[in-house]
Amino acid sequence: MNHPHGPETLADRVRQRTGINVRRCYQCGKCSAGCPMAEETAVRPHDVMRMASQDDLEGIRQADGLWYCLTCETCSVRCPNQCDPARVLDALREMAQEDHPDDAPRPLRAFHRSFLDQVRSHGRLFEMGLIMAFKTRGGPLFADVTTAPGMLSRGKLHLAPTRIRDLQEVRRIFEACGQREG
Amino acid sequence: MARIGVFVCHCGENIGRTVDCARVAEAIRNLPGVVHSVDYKYMCSDPGQQMVKQAIAEQGLTGVVVAACSPHMHEKTFRRAASGAGLNPFLCEMANIREHCSWIHEDREAATAKAIDIARTLVEKVKRNRPLQTIQIPVTRRALVIGGGIAGIQAALDIADGGREVVLVEKEPSIGGHMSQLSETFPTLDCSQCILTPRMVEVYQHPRIRLYAYSEVESVQGYIGNFRVAIRRKARSVDEEKCNGCGACTQACPNRKVPSEFECGLGKRPAIYVPFPQAVPNLPTIDRSRCLLFLNRAKGRPDTCKKCAEACSKGAIDFDQQDRIVTEEVGAIVVATGYQVYSIGKQTGRDDIQGYGEYGYGTLPDVIDGLQFERLASASGPTAGRILRPSDGKEPRRVVFLQCIGSRDPAKGMEYCSKICCMYVAKHTMLYKHKVHDGQATVFYMDIRAAGKGYDEFTRRAIEEEGARYVRGRVSRIWRDGDVLKVEGFDTLSGRPIRMDADMVVLATAVRPQPGIEALAQKLNVSYDRHGFINEAHPKLRPVETSTAGVFVAGACQAPRDIPDSVAMASATASKVLGLFASEMLEREPTVAVVDDARCAGCFHCERVCPYGAVERREIRNRAGQVVRVVAYVNPGVCQGCGTCQATCPSKSVELQGFTDEQVFQQIQALGL
Amino acid sequence: MASIGYFPGCSLHGTSREYDESLRALLAALGTSVEEIDDWSCCGASSAHQGGRLLGVALPARNLARAEAQGLSEVLAPCAACYSRLAASRYEMDRDPALAAKVRLVLAREDFRNRVQVRNLLQVLRDRLADLKAAVRVPLKDLRVAAYYGCLLVRPPEVTGAFDDPEAPSSMEDICRALGATPVAWNRRLDCCGASLSLARSPSVIRLGSAILQDARKAGAEAVVTACPMCHSNLDFRQGAMRNRGAFEGEMPVLFLSELAGLALGIPPKALGLQRHFVPTGSVTSRFAAAAGEVG
Repeated sequence: MNHPHGPETLADRVRQRTGINVRRCYQCGKCSAGCPMAEETAVRPHDVMRMASQDDLEGIRQADGLWYCLTCETCSVRCPNQCDPARVLDALREMAQEDHPDDAPRPLRAFHRSFLDQVRSHGRLFEMGLIMAFKTRGGPLFADVTTAPGMLSRGKLHLAPTRIRDLQEVRRIFEACGQREG
Repeated sequence: MARIGVFVCHCGENIGRTVDCARVAEAIRNLPGVVHSVDYKYMCSDPGQQMVKQAIAEQGLTGVVVAACSPHMHEKTFRRAASGAGLNPFLCEMANIREHCSWIHEDREAATAKAIDIARTLVEKVKRNRPLQTIQIPVTRRALVIGGGIAGIQAALDIADGGREVVLVEKEPSIGGHMSQLSETFPTLDCSQCILTPRMVEVYQHPRIRLYAYSEVESVQGYIGNFRVAIRRKARSVDEEKCNGCGACTQACPNRKVPSEFECGLGKRPAIYVPFPQAVPNLPTIDRSRCLLFLNRAKGRPDTCKKCAEACSKGAIDFDQQDRIVTEEVGAIVVATGYQVYSIGKQTGRDDIQGYGEYGYGTLPDVIDGLQFERLASASGPTAGRILRPSDGKEPRRVVFLQCIGSRDPAKGMEYCSKICCMYVAKHTMLYKHKVHDGQATVFYMDIRAAGKGYDEFTRRAIEEEGARYVRGRVSRIWRDGDVLKVEGFDTLSGRPIRMDADMVVLATAVRPQPGIEALAQKLNVSYDRHGFINEAHPKLRPVETSTAGVFVAGACQAPRDIPDSVAMASATASKVLGLFASEMLEREPTVAVVDDARCAGCFHCERVCPYGAVERREIRNRAGQVVRVVAYVNPGVCQGCGTCQATCPSKSVELQGFTDEQVFQQIQALGL
Repeated sequence: MASIGYFPGCSLHGTSREYDESLRALLAALGTSVEEIDDWSCCGASSAHQGGRLLGVALPARNLARAEAQGLSEVLAPCAACYSRLAASRYEMDRDPALAAKVRLVLAREDFRNRVQVRNLLQVLRDRLADLKAAVRVPLKDLRVAAYYGCLLVRPPEVTGAFDDPEAPSSMEDICRALGATPVAWNRRLDCCGASLSLARSPSVIRLGSAILQDARKAGAEAVVTACPMCHSNLDFRQGAMRNRGAFEGEMPVLFLSELAGLALGIPPKALGLQRHFVPTGSVTSRFAAAAGEVG
């Protein structure tokens, strides 16, 4: 239970958003043991859980593990104490971005913004548009361009987007959810 | 004219923090009939009780209200005090201003007002209390012990050695329980069999113990001092009078491929079997689900194989034996049904228990559980005490032990700590090291819990002297690469992922109550928690009693326990039982229903609603000896004072002593609702 | 003719159109027609819930609401990511009435009851295992396949309704067996392929994907089977990059489960879109398509 008195902690805020009590975490590390990104990140899921229970949002904002989470759910499905680290990371990413929209590493920011822009503009993902926007936003410049012809010859890439009829409804959703234009 | 005394307790800060006790005493003092009202820090202490006694004597009190904790806690204490001052103890009542008030409220004003209300209702009740006399009931001075593991054995021997008869019921073919499966025991590494088997023999030979092995409790009737227990003696298909235990039948059985329960599936047994060589009683049993003859009978085919019967020189094999029900009269019951280990990856009768697919138990043969490791390490086990892995019989050079499998894991098991695993894993690493000198034992743990005499020293020895490598973290998964097991874990202390190879993995599985414990608890009318562990009457002060008088609890059926704790608890139940058997008569509280013969219409509605079967029929005769009426009669020995008869009697002719309609109505009226 | 609601999702209309083609052909062969959600929109997939919980729930909910208005009781979402987003959206709204109310407001659909069942391809085919078995014309005899689940088809169990064990699933193997193929026992069938990091951090995807392919090969698999466009893209399209970096040698065909089933049902490889793969699938099609009288 939340103590009725005392300042609101990060753990309280996470609990309000997700219903998950990060103080349940045993710090057993089973999440990090199975995390596919643990080899590449300095801060692993159990570290994030620890920082969350220690009120350290600043530290979490700078954690590579927060941003490179694949949302593969392995941590949550194996957590012994039902702490659902994947949901906690979702919530912490959301909180970090509300205060500091530019926290995420540049390529990731570029990818997610480009992705959402496509959805906002057409109602569906226009993959060619996504790749182009991603590159101009600062994604690795030549990494994937070479493969685009292969995609085209296999009929996998469309040159023009398909728009849905009721695009206004999708735009309304974006607006109502407080998503600003990328 | 009533002269009531009221005593308001602060219970330290428990009540005083949220209830203004002085104001409660003050408010109550002005009620009609109240002649004395005081408050005190600890009313249950000696000075507090003296205050009660003194007031009774000096003020000539006709009733006492103690506004304090729950009657469960201290009603007896204050009734004894009242009695000591010459007041009938049933003229003393508790007003519960702790559990019902201070513990559940935060607002001091409102809580104080509520405490005053509660105390006032009790004052009105006590004004109408009548002096009552305790009831005397006879005691059958024999005990029933359910479960023949180490706890049941200890309880049975202690009671029998104390001079009373014991009936010991064990559902398996042999007594001995899980302890008989263990290799060596922590923290002294003494041989389990060497200390247990002599006790098993003692049970068998004891003149005051009647052993029913391969038997189960069918039903329980009666009450403390007077239980009547029906026991199902399951058909062994072997006549125990004739069998001399020669073993020729088990040798002759052609179906020798039944996975042995005793060896945890690592060994085989025939369909007619003695679970292990040191079994008590040393009698074979036919497993009818595996015996060819019975399998044929189930399909309506004629009997074919009778090899065991042909091999028996005593004619002891009896294929037509039936279950028998025997009835025993006892005065006390000890529940000692023990535990089962968490069954990994299997449906265990509880929907929320899922098993550990990520560890491959059941698909990877070299992933075994803790009890299986005990059998590998046991001199009498399937490998004669050599540590050999199940897949290829090779000696594993690297063994990884995972703790908390099913324990502290609400996602896949239970939230509680199973208490014994930290110790048995440390023991396993030592047993392994003693047998495989160049082997490496690695333990993945969350916390090491080794609180007990010599326990921490034991786990430290495993780490410091015996070279077990302890890694703080849980393992995410185990997979196979050729004949090597790949273990993926995380060392939370160094902050590094760990990928290591192992030849065998041992899962330290949790402790759960035995299957079927709920059904048994319902027969005994004792409460149990949501995991199925039997509840003790009070976690500190009545640890071996249950919610039903005369039924006691010992060992791992109450909570995860190791051998020393189980034995201590068993001896404690024995002392409770012997204390109960100290006299031929037993005193009981008179809070029982009494029928008014003159008004009873003889409809026997009470007989139908009574949950305890306490209502009997009584004939009323005239002077000539002819029956003129039949009325209800409540057997005070059986009545539990629940009041159902009183609430439902159409003619209002049965009343619960101490809780009459008038008393309860006055209580309600006192609230001014 | 049985009918099922259908949410193809963006990938099936673009980079993974062979999944859409093979799935439609397969369901038609099984006598099931698909009814596409009218004017469906992107589920938001990997990005929307990164940008906030409400958007992550509301974008899929738009499609659930349209399906409900269209009278569909269940919707097949063949893409594992779409499936996960739709099912998670449904679950979150079920669990949190305040959120559901907010979503109804955002969608301006007061009557949305959130009653549409979301199903993935494993669920749909496993429930029709007998039909599938009966329809097999070219049993995939001696074809050793690695059934690859990836992350989102069987977890988290609250979202999937635990239709299969999240740690020891069996539905895809059961389906492969029904087709006559031999599923191999392997270790990385639940590992993540790198998912949405494909563009933003491709070295991670190459590391994760090559480990999966190596393990499949070590277990003796001749092809990897998947039911997710993202997994397919990371294992098929990225296989060239893996080879270039020396992370994986040779070729391992990666087939959609619907393609594998289509082959067994005797559907021509071209109708299944097998020519659209980056890694040639001839090693599989030559053995089984020939028996059906057609070579792709």
